[in-house]
Amino acid sequence: MTTNTSYPLKRVDFIFLNENDWKQILSKTLKRDKQEIINCLMSSELKGRGGAGFPTGLKWKLTSDSEADEKFVICNADEGEPGTFKDREILSQVPQKVLTAMAVCAYVIGASKGFIYLRGEYKFLQHALTNAINEFEHYCEDIGFHFQTSIFMGSGAYICGEETALFDSMEGKRGEPRNKPPYPTSFGYLGKPTVVNNVETLAHAFTIFKYGAKKFRDLGVQYSRGTKLFSVSGDTPTPGIFELELGMTLQDFVEEFGDGDTKAVQVGGASGFLVPRKRFSETAIGYQGRLTGISLPTGGSMMLFNSTRSMYNVLHNYLDFFREESCGQCTPCRVGCQQLLAGIEAVKRGEKHSSYLEKLLKLSETMQLTAKCGLGQSVANSFASIVENFWEEMVF
Amino acid sequence: MNSTQALIKDLAIRYGRERTSLLPILQGVVEQEKYLTEFSMIEIAKELDIPASDVYGTASFYSFLETKKMGRYIIRVCKTITCFMKGKNQVLLTIEDMLNITLGETTPDGKFTLLQTNCLGWCHKAPAMMVNDEVYTELTPERVREILGQYFRRNE
Repeated sequence: MTTNTSYPLKRVDFIFLNENDWKQILSKTLKRDKQEIINCLMSSELKGRGGAGFPTGLKWKLTSDSEADEKFVICNADEGEPGTFKDREILSQVPQKVLTAMAVCAYVIGASKGFIYLRGEYKFLQHALTNAINEFEHYCEDIGFHFQTSIFMGSGAYICGEETALFDSMEGKRGEPRNKPPYPTSFGYLGKPTVVNNVETLAHAFTIFKYGAKKFRDLGVQYSRGTKLFSVSGDTPTPGIFELELGMTLQDFVEEFGDGDTKAVQVGGASGFLVPRKRFSETAIGYQGRLTGISLPTGGSMMLFNSTRSMYNVLHNYLDFFREESCGQCTPCRVGCQQLLAGIEAVKRGEKHSSYLEKLLKLSETMQLTAKCGLGQSVANSFASIVENFWEEMVF
Repeated sequence: MNSTQALIKDLAIRYGRERTSLLPILQGVVEQEKYLTEFSMIEIAKELDIPASDVYGTASFYSFLETKKMGRYIIRVCKTITCFMKGKNQVLLTIEDMLNITLGETTPDGKFTLLQTNCLGWCHKAPAMMVNDEVYTELTPERVREILGQYFRRNE
C-alpha cells in the first residue's frame, strides 16, 4: 500500500467509457453472494461522491442489516452545488451504469423499488431517462429480477440534495432536513430503511463490479481511493468534466487547468473551501488524512479565479446563494446567512470597521456548530477561507 | 367542472391521492398553467383530502412552483458565480431591453416573465438560462436576441 497522500495529476477514463456490457455485469453481479458484494465495496474503499464521503459499502451494509418489510434505494440526482455538473452528464451518457448499481443495491439490501430524484433544472433529461429505465426494467424482468425504478422530479430547491430533506420532498412536504439520528439506513423514505447514493457513486460502483475492488483501490492515495469526476469552471481555458485519479495537489491541478494567472480555487462549490495561490502546493484533493498537508473533500466542483476577480464579489455571490437556499427552519442558518451578507456589505461600504469581520467569523463558527444540517454548517467553510485569505479585498 | 379542476382530477388519477403524489400534481398544474392559483391549490387540497395550508406550505417552498401570476414563457437567468463572471448581467440587460420589463416582471401581454435563478449546472458553458424547461447556454447578447426572436414569432 502506498502511503503518499498526493500524486501527480492523472487522467483516467472509466465512467464515460461505455462498452455497453451492463446486462452482462448485472446478471453476473446478481449471482454473487450479498455479503460478498458488500465486502467487495468495502475493500474498494469507495466513498460517497456527492461530497460528504461516507463509505458506500458501509451504507449498504447498515441498510441491509436493518429489519423492515420494505426498503428503498434512491439515486440522488439533485445536483445543485454551484460549479457541479457531472451527474447530468453521467445520466445523459451512461444511465445504464447507474441503474445497474441501483439494482445491485436493491438486491443487497432487499429492496424492490428505486427512485431517481432528478432536479427540476434537468427536466429535459426526463424523457431519455425514462426510456433507459424502461429498457432496463424490461431486462430485469427477463432475468427474473423484480426491480422497479421511477423518476421523482425536484422543483428548484438546493436543500433537497440533503438526503433527509429529499425524503420529505418525496413525501410531498417542504424539503426541510430532519434531525439525525435516526439515519436513513434505518429510517428513510416513508420511515423505511433507505440507501441514498449520489449518481457518480453508483457509476463508480459499476466500475467496481466490473473490474473488481482491487483495480479501483489501486488508484488514488491512502484515504482517497479510486477516481473522481471534476467539474471544472471559471477562469480556465478548458472548462468541462474530467475524470482524475484522487489525491493530486492543487498545484498540479492548476498547472493543468489554470489560465496562467490563477489567484485562487474554490474546491467543493459554495459549501467548500477557497484555496489561495500560496497554498496550492500543500493542498491535496481527497478525503480525510493530513499526513503531508491539507486534504479537501469535494463533490468535484473546481472553480478557478484569476487575478481580475474580486473575492468580495465571489463571497457576496455565495452568501446570496445560501441566503436564498437556506430552508429557514433553524435560526443559525436562516438568520446567520442574512447577517453574514449584510455584514460584509456594511464593511465594504465603510459603515462598519474592518474589525467587524472578526465578529462575522465568530458568527460563521456558531453556524458551523449549531446549524441543523450540512447547509448551515458549511457556510463557514467558504466564508472563513475567503475572509481570512483576502481580508483586504473585503475591506476596500 | 372547469379546465383546472379537470386537470387536477386527471393528475390525481395518474399519480394517486397519497401525500407522496402532492409534488407531481403541483408540478403537473405548473406545467400546464405556469403557476398555482389559490383556486388550484384549494382544489388539490380537496382532491387529496389534506388542508389547503399544507398544499400552500409545500408549494411555496419550491422556487419552480410559482404562486404568483407568471407569463406563458418563464425566463430564468442563472445568477450564480460562473454565469455572473461570464457576463450574466449583459444577458439580463439585453432581455430587459427586448421585453421592456425589469427583473421579476411579466410583459403586459402575459407572454414572458423574467426571473433569476440559482446554479443551473452549466458552469462550463456559462452564462446559461432556461425558458420554461428549455436550456440555453454560452449566451451572448446577440444569441439572446436570436433566441428570444424565435419566441416572439411563436403564436398561441
